[in-house]
Amino acid sequence: LDTPSGKLVRSHCVGTTAVVYASDYLNKLTGEKIERECRRQLSCGCRALVIDFSDTKLVNSIGISILLGIIDVAEKSGAQIVFSDVNHQTIELFEMLGLTRHVVLAKDEREALISLSGFETTPVVH
Amino acid sequence: MEPSTQKLIHTFGALADLGQEIAGTGDFSEMVRTSLHLLLGTLALRRGAVVECSGAGPLKCVALWGLGDQSLNGLEIDDEERQAFLAGDATASLVRNESSANGFLNRHRDKLAAEGIELVLPMIVRGEVTGLVLLGGKASGEDFSSDDFETIRAMVRHIGVGIHTHRLLEQVAQRAAENRRLYEELRAIYRDTVRAFAAAIDIKDKYTQGHSERVGKYSEIIAREMGWSEEEVEGIQIAGYLHDIGKLVVDRDIINAPHHIDAKSSSELSRHPSAGYEILAPINHPYADIPLMAKYHHERLDGRGYPDGLTDEQIPLGAKIVSLADSFDAMTTDRPYRRRRSFEDVVRDLRENSGKQFDGKVVASFARAILKEVNGERKERRITKMLGKGYLEGEHVETLLTDLITDLEREVSAKAQSL
Repeated sequence: LDTPSGKLVRSHCVGTTAVVYASDYLNKLTGEKIERECRRQLSCGCRALVIDFSDTKLVNSIGISILLGIIDVAEKSGAQIVFSDVNHQTIELFEMLGLTRHVVLAKDEREALISLSGFETTPVVH
Repeated sequence: MEPSTQKLIHTFGALADLGQEIAGTGDFSEMVRTSLHLLLGTLALRRGAVVECSGAGPLKCVALWGLGDQSLNGLEIDDEERQAFLAGDATASLVRNESSANGFLNRHRDKLAAEGIELVLPMIVRGEVTGLVLLGGKASGEDFSSDDFETIRAMVRHIGVGIHTHRLLEQVAQRAAENRRLYEELRAIYRDTVRAFAAAIDIKDKYTQGHSERVGKYSEIIAREMGWSEEEVEGIQIAGYLHDIGKLVVDRDIINAPHHIDAKSSSELSRHPSAGYEILAPINHPYADIPLMAKYHHERLDGRGYPDGLTDEQIPLGAKIVSLADSFDAMTTDRPYRRRRSFEDVVRDLRENSGKQFDGKVVASFARAILKEVNGERKERRITKMLGKGYLEGEHVETLLTDLITDLEREVSAKAQSL
């Protein structure tokens, strides 16, 4: 997916889990692209989402609101959601605002996929 | 980092973003949606909506998040409930507060609670409730703290002012558009009236019907070729239409004399530029200098014109343009005592009289406009149509015009260097 800044929203599927990579600054422009990609993956049959924050340095309040929206959509779809590779400062923000009550945090993408492996059912081809 | 510091930085960032969003001139719905997003993200609220009210009646949803599109249908507010919001504090707006004196909350409590709305705050601008902000609970599951209430109230106030300002700007834009439309209508009426006058002037002279209309069009074409602005071009077109309005006070027999007129009649006819000025001067025209263009359209660069015998720099450029348009039409139309002149003859006249009767730059511009029609550079052939079929045909026409332009440009350049 093309972001307004010209960068791509990267994503790939591992079985029925979609891994979506957040950009360096999660704001309105980039957040809406990520939200769209997550919704697309869920509508294609993904049963779990990993949002990887390895490139993310900053999340602003709209980014928080969008992440809450993604959590909502995932919950309504019965899909699990894991945030991976979140930096220390952002973890503090997520904890302070209560996002960590709704998502699992994983050290990295690999750990996120392992934590979801018990949840995975049949593979889906996109 | 201390959680309180982190929260403060996060809130300040959101307030800064909100200020920027509200001050922007972008799409109204997007502004409200983004503002709501910012508010929700500041405290990690899972759902919310912004609804507008204009007086008592149904509330209009302008943005929502985390709620179904139809979830807030049926919400209404009456005057008493609006007053209650003006009097109440933020804590009184908690949906679950069953002891609230706010009729709106009491009336809609079940519906709001069913949609997960926990807090309802009014947007108050200039002592009026302009809408409400409906908010769900915090993602943390915690109750709202007093700091949270302060933050929410500050942001809701900002959003209210933002919406109010955008609505005012919309009204101003609507009024401006309406004024623009009325102004365009008035201009159209003015133009039609002027054209009717031009027709009335020309009817008086049975041999020159359509002359004023053509002078208006030639003047417009020359001015546009000289790079005048659209408004100036319109102005000179009007001046062209009205340049002979003074003939209305000249005896019809003199105007329609089928031969050269005597000195007395000529003197009478020469009054028409000044008479035209007197007719046009008291009128408040939307364009500048129309009366002067009518007054001086028979002036010559060499000072031998009338009514004031002005010379080159003393004659307004507009009058020079109308003068050329007037003479060109006189030369290229039949008169009672002669047939119209060939184009070759007209070009010779223009060349000989440039710098004496006509301004060389004006003649060169007109020649360029004609050349563009002749060589096909300009698709719309307005001059060709006015002159009639066949008048501008033949290879020699292009050569005549090119030579004329070259010579005039050389003369203008030499004159400029000598100054």
